[in-house]
Amino acid sequence: MRVLEYGWDGLLLEVDDPVGWFLALREHLETDVDDIVPAAETVLLKGVRKLPALETVSPKTAIKTDRAVTVPVRWNGPDLFDGIVEAMRDTVFTVAFCGFAPGFAYLTGLPEAFHRPRLATPRRSVPAGSVAIAGPYAGVYPRESPGGWLLLGVTELVLFDLSKEDPALLTPGTTVRFTDA
Amino acid sequence: MLEVMKAVPLATIQDRGRPGHAHLGIPHAGALDPVSLDRANALAGNSSAAAGLELAPGRFVARFHVDGIYAVAGAVSVAPMSVRAGDTVEIGGSAAGMFSYLAVRGGVDVPAVLGSRSTDTLSGIGPAVLRRGSLLPLGTLFADRLVPPALEMPSGEIRVRVRPGPRASWFAQTLSGGYSVSTLNRIGARLTGPPLTRTVTRELPSEGLVAGAVQVPPDGQPIVFLADHPTTGGYPVIAVVHPEDLPLIAQCRPSTRVVFYGP
Repeated sequence: MRVLEYGWDGLLLEVDDPVGWFLALREHLETDVDDIVPAAETVLLKGVRKLPALETVSPKTAIKTDRAVTVPVRWNGPDLFDGIVEAMRDTVFTVAFCGFAPGFAYLTGLPEAFHRPRLATPRRSVPAGSVAIAGPYAGVYPRESPGGWLLLGVTELVLFDLSKEDPALLTPGTTVRFTDA
Repeated sequence: MLEVMKAVPLATIQDRGRPGHAHLGIPHAGALDPVSLDRANALAGNSSAAAGLELAPGRFVARFHVDGIYAVAGAVSVAPMSVRAGDTVEIGGSAAGMFSYLAVRGGVDVPAVLGSRSTDTLSGIGPAVLRRGSLLPLGTLFADRLVPPALEMPSGEIRVRVRPGPRASWFAQTLSGGYSVSTLNRIGARLTGPPLTRTVTRELPSEGLVAGAVQVPPDGQPIVFLADHPTTGGYPVIAVVHPEDLPLIAQCRPSTRVVFYGP
């Protein structure tokens, strides 16, 4: 782990397993920081009031968390290619982090053979519920938005609902499986 | 009830924002200039938790459907005024600054979303941007309290404190003087000035952002992130503006000069 100072009251942790650290730090630091934000290779601690004793914390395995979500998909997307539907069905994904839009989760676990670059020109509009991949990630667009990921299908599952106490269905550490709708 | 008769292009409801949800991709939002919102609230007899209106420059008119008290702080200042049902409040031009905060006694009482009544212009969470005809219920977040001092509106040049960001070492320069504000919205302020050049040129995987983060896109012209900033970003952050100086950036009219200095 490398710890970088981030401005006035932030710390950026460069770690091998950001979501594992997020899950562990959330238990240890809840009252000492304003927010803990996992990302691709880092965990940001915002508003640090007390320097965390990081040496007493070790990352948690995401797969052991009790949150698991199954996403039923109609595989009718314009960017399907050979073997990808089977790979999506066979992979146990983990939410590594959220970003881009509220409730948009970056899912890791897709075998490298199925990694594809994002579209050179993003689509102006991607429908809500679109199941998509780009780079090492899979994701589901929680609402209609522009987007450059490869579209594989659509789910009717509601991923983000502000009327619920926990508005995001896919939170960091959640285990995700895709099935046929 | 308060009825918007004439809105400005960026008229929103704001309070202290929606902290603690960045890990779900939900921005903080809240007043760009919380100092002025809090002053307006105190002048109107409201607690710090009350929501008020954040108004970009232009002519804004609203009508009271009930008796009430209002006050304005920020770019425009209005001492507490008592009004009767049917009276209108009009907010116009100012000599300096960008955003004016209209507080109405009791606070604007639209439904809170994730603990805040703030409009988030990046993600669309919270109440809609105000338009002519918007009807705003009023609440009961009263408090008699000391009125905090006014924030002096920037004119000409401001000096803001910065500390290094996590990727400061990726740049050939440190952030200092010579910049001016080109455009500004609730997400961030774009500056123009001496281009910042990278010594480390590899791509940065997205990482978390904070308000005040100074991000440098490939053109080398810095962006200072404000209340509605995205929760993560893929360009390196060279520095972070002190939280107390961030309202000053938000109140900069285009072409205001900005000098950054270290602690």
